Amino acid sequence: MIGLGNERPLLAAQGLSKWYGRQLGCRDISFQVHEGEVLAVVGESGSGKSTLLQLLSTQLEPSAGRICYCMRDGITRDLAALSEAERRFLFRTDWGYVHQDPPLGLRMAVSAGANVGERLMAVGWRNYRRIRTTAVDWLDRVEIDSRRIDETPRTYSGGMRQRLQIARNLVTNPRLVFMDEPTGGLDVSVQARLLDLLRGIVAELGLAAVVVTHDLAVARLLSHRIMVMKGGEVIESGLTDQVLDDPREPYTQLLVSSVLPP
Amino acid sequence: MPALKLFDVAKTFTMHLRGGIRLPVVSGVTFDVEPGQCVVLTGPSGSGKSSILKMIYGSYRCDHGQIFLRYQTSFVDIAAAEPRHLLTLRRRAIGYVSQFLRAVPRVPALDVVADSLGPTRGKDNRTRAAELLRRLNIPERLWSLPPATFSGGEQQRVNIARSFLHDMPVLLLDEPTASLDARNRELVVDLITEKKRRGIAIVAVVHDEDVREAIADSLVDVTLFAKAA
Repeated sequence: MIGLGNERPLLAAQGLSKWYGRQLGCRDISFQVHEGEVLAVVGESGSGKSTLLQLLSTQLEPSAGRICYCMRDGITRDLAALSEAERRFLFRTDWGYVHQDPPLGLRMAVSAGANVGERLMAVGWRNYRRIRTTAVDWLDRVEIDSRRIDETPRTYSGGMRQRLQIARNLVTNPRLVFMDEPTGGLDVSVQARLLDLLRGIVAELGLAAVVVTHDLAVARLLSHRIMVMKGGEVIESGLTDQVLDDPREPYTQLLVSSVLPP
Repeated sequence: MPALKLFDVAKTFTMHLRGGIRLPVVSGVTFDVEPGQCVVLTGPSGSGKSSILKMIYGSYRCDHGQIFLRYQTSFVDIAAAEPRHLLTLRRRAIGYVSQFLRAVPRVPALDVVADSLGPTRGKDNRTRAAELLRRLNIPERLWSLPPATFSGGEQQRVNIARSFLHDMPVLLLDEPTASLDARNRELVVDLITEKKRRGIAIVAVVHDEDVREAIADSLVDVTLFAKAA
């Protein structure tokens, strides 16, 4: 098709499988993510969605299949063939990883400013003033009062910690962000604020993201496309409104009809 | 040359949670829409009018047939388009006014409308959004509030503003005037007439006879596409 967008995917998974001994993590998963595209992976606990996220972000090694990623220089590389240094570099610059539990993605003993600044220093920023200005700017964008920049995240509420984690991840202008239940464990009112914030930032920066969630409302609000997982396999995928408004598979119909309207 | 061309389109729902019961909605849906023309779908509730709109927009999958949309110099088959291509088409070629506004928490009405012009909440976009909201009689004191708390008619007009701000070559309207009073209905009819004059192709579902009379260039009776169970 002509003129409908860049044809080269940012991330491409081919036949990804993971076995934990005889226990299946996920099986034969293939999909692509293009620049600026937000993909939600939905399914219940144990469906393999977290395994998939760990495979994609090279925290786990696949039992079969491969993942290709289009680097900033435009060259597509097999992630398994990257050196450890290259992989670390990707993690520090091109990628973000937002954990469900903020302490896993933050350094709890250092200040909020340092949490944001650390990612910048990792990519070679040395000017303290510039780092601090950028950190203040990002705290502002995630709606954290910059007067609290010198406090550690221990003094922050759950919602603030999550927003700080997002700032820390996005400060280096990554092209791809992995999110594992980014609003899990937060109060509903805090969730709404975080979702709107994420939605705005992701659209503005044109980020690509893979968001794992069991919450269909989160998927509806954040994602362009959905993959539904069950028992380690992708059973249905498509445009977000297509899958949610016209679910085809029995399990997807069950998921969609199980949500209580408020 | 038509802007939109449906050929032998069919849709059936399979309800797996109800023992796999199959609900045929429509089949053999075939019609064209020329630029500047408004086709109104008619038929009783449940005859599949909204389903046809949703298949054109791509939020319902099309089981059979083709839905050709003119895009740039060629036709794209929406029924077979890749999801991300469909997204591009929605950004550039198809607008859709749904029956109900799906409001995002916290986003003010003005930004709900301005966001339809692109992800950057710039001043120009807001100015244009404000003009249209004013024209649609949404009081200025409401612009900074999220529309979730608005009345049905106000939400409907925010919804219209959002899809009317940017001129898409094809516009789908699902009961755009259902919850509006006579005065606001007229405003919307004017906006639709202006769209037609600018060469926009429109497919609409409208129950109100006056509105239908005012905007329709041709009627398509959806009961003709009813599918035997």
